[in-house]
Amino acid sequence: MSIPASSRQSAPASVPRLSPRARRTLSSLGWGVLSIGLFAGIWEALWALGLVNPLLLPPPHMFLSDLGRTLTFFDHEARRIGSQGSGGAIAGLLTTIGWTSFRVIVGLGLGFVAGVGVGAMIHYVRLFRNLVQPLILLLAPISPVAWLPVAIFVFGVGDVPAIFLVFITVFFMIVLATVSQISSVPKNYLHVARIMGATERQTFWRVILPAILPSLFMTLRLNLFAAWMVVLIAESVGVGIGLGQITSMARATFNAKLVFFTMVIIGVLGFSFDWALRKVQQKMLWWIQPGQGGI
Amino acid sequence: MARPALSLRNVGKVWSPEGRQTVEALRDFSLDVEPGEFVVFLGPSGCGKSTLLYMIAGLEETTSGVIEQDGMVVTEPSAERGLIFQDASLFPWLTIADNVAFGLSVQGVLPQKRKEQAESILRSVGLSDMLDKKPDELSGGMRQRAACARALAMRPKVLMMDEPFAALDVQTRAKMQDFLLQIWQDSKASIILVTHSIDEAVSLADRVVVFTARPGRVKTIVPIDLPRPRMSRDPRYHEYRDMFADLLADEVDRAFAEQEAR
Ligand SMILES: Nc1ncnc2c1ncn2[C@@H]1O[C@H](COP(=O)(O)OP(=O)(O)OP(=O)(O)O)[C@@H](O)[C@H]1O
Ligand SMILES: [Mg+2]
Repeated sequence: MSIPASSRQSAPASVPRLSPRARRTLSSLGWGVLSIGLFAGIWEALWALGLVNPLLLPPPHMFLSDLGRTLTFFDHEARRIGSQGSGGAIAGLLTTIGWTSFRVIVGLGLGFVAGVGVGAMIHYVRLFRNLVQPLILLLAPISPVAWLPVAIFVFGVGDVPAIFLVFITVFFMIVLATVSQISSVPKNYLHVARIMGATERQTFWRVILPAILPSLFMTLRLNLFAAWMVVLIAESVGVGIGLGQITSMARATFNAKLVFFTMVIIGVLGFSFDWALRKVQQKMLWWIQPGQGGI
Repeated sequence: MARPALSLRNVGKVWSPEGRQTVEALRDFSLDVEPGEFVVFLGPSGCGKSTLLYMIAGLEETTSGVIEQDGMVVTEPSAERGLIFQDASLFPWLTIADNVAFGLSVQGVLPQKRKEQAESILRSVGLSDMLDKKPDELSGGMRQRAACARALAMRPKVLMMDEPFAALDVQTRAKMQDFLLQIWQDSKASIILVTHSIDEAVSLADRVVVFTARPGRVKTIVPIDLPRPRMSRDPRYHEYRDMFADLLADEVDRAFAEQEAR
């Protein structure tokens, strides 16, 4: 993985006079490559010195070089038929990644929207608040993983329990953040809205929501990694195609190469998701300076 | 004389915050503000000036007494009585132009029309280059001007300002006072300005209302009988200044004495 990154870095280095921004990007890229390279290097060195067992901890060059074979495990057609797949392997990998990402995205999206909705209801509707808030406070601290059996009892085996777990991971956090943020919207913003004659509805959509969105997004991002963890756990108990299911199969068959390869994929995906969410955040919350408000 | 733009009769306010002692902020406060008049509220800290503005705006209820605007009892906020805060309170998620057009958009004015109106108002306050800027890209003085523009867009009859220039440096303040006189003359609105600055009061006001220490009452109302533009070199300017300094010192002493006694 470090190889394409370093070659990318050397190309713009020949261009004289970079903008400060480009230089910053390059430098952080450089440190990233160095950091990962160092880690991989030590691992390789330990292997070369015979200090780690390549069957249990195969160094990067081993689990990355044997790609052709490793990828076949992602090729569902091939696996089902029992022959060595050809060409379908990459497609298989992408399908697997796609399914896992799909569950994360749908779960996050639903959890965010439902969380904001329920949070707003708690704020505005007294009866709802009295009825629901205690329940939310009670359920929020329960680890999402503890919901797994419930999810499977209720939804059976399939996509839904995995999506449900991701949903649960963000939902309660967003509800709590929404409730607390709504009550800390600056009073003067609300005063301006009232003086201008805004209705409750207009005030919510045009003042309260934009005012609380930055911290809700922050909450979402903080819970992104947790969402990734639960989706893998949910997949490992048999949802069908997915990265979690590959890891659990790899563990069951003592396939260390496959384990590490999948770990790399999961790491890269988690990183990309965080990056993408940050970009969405910058687009949607255009009024917040980078570096401010956690962007 | 014509009907006053604003009429306060025996207005009182007792704050009773949950779980804390009640505070009588204002007592038996009566005042008429004429159409197009420039009134300044001057008084020691905590005497209920902001409280009174909030009640005139309709954001808070009076505990006793009545507030009327153009003969109608004030029961809820209205864009006819604009209020400008010390921190400008522009929405950071809207451009300056959209901030100014906020009230128009809430009231259903079509996008093209409100864009034109916002632009023309921003031009009149000298911010035509700032249409697409974010509020936090503006200086403090510009933000206050944008906040004025936002209130003016609603064509208010009464424009209230709660220490709008307190956070600005001296030079900017002087500029903002000129600016304020300009928009006052253009808009023909009545203005109520709360300030701690005696100079600001003397250089701007038609009448200065001096508050007593809490509970705030009308201590005196002083018409400033100086032609505009007012010069701080004018000896009469100094007389007014000294007079207000004495009046205020009295009340500040009383406020302190009361605090000690408690
Ligand atoms: N929302 C509120 N709830 C309870 N008490 C309040 C509230 N707002 C103001 N008060 C109290 O009312 C009194 C008058 O406050 P107010 O802010 O009107 O004074 P002020 O004249 O504007 O003072 P300053 O010059 O410092 O701004 C104060 O004792 C204050 O603590
Ligand atoms: Mg005040």
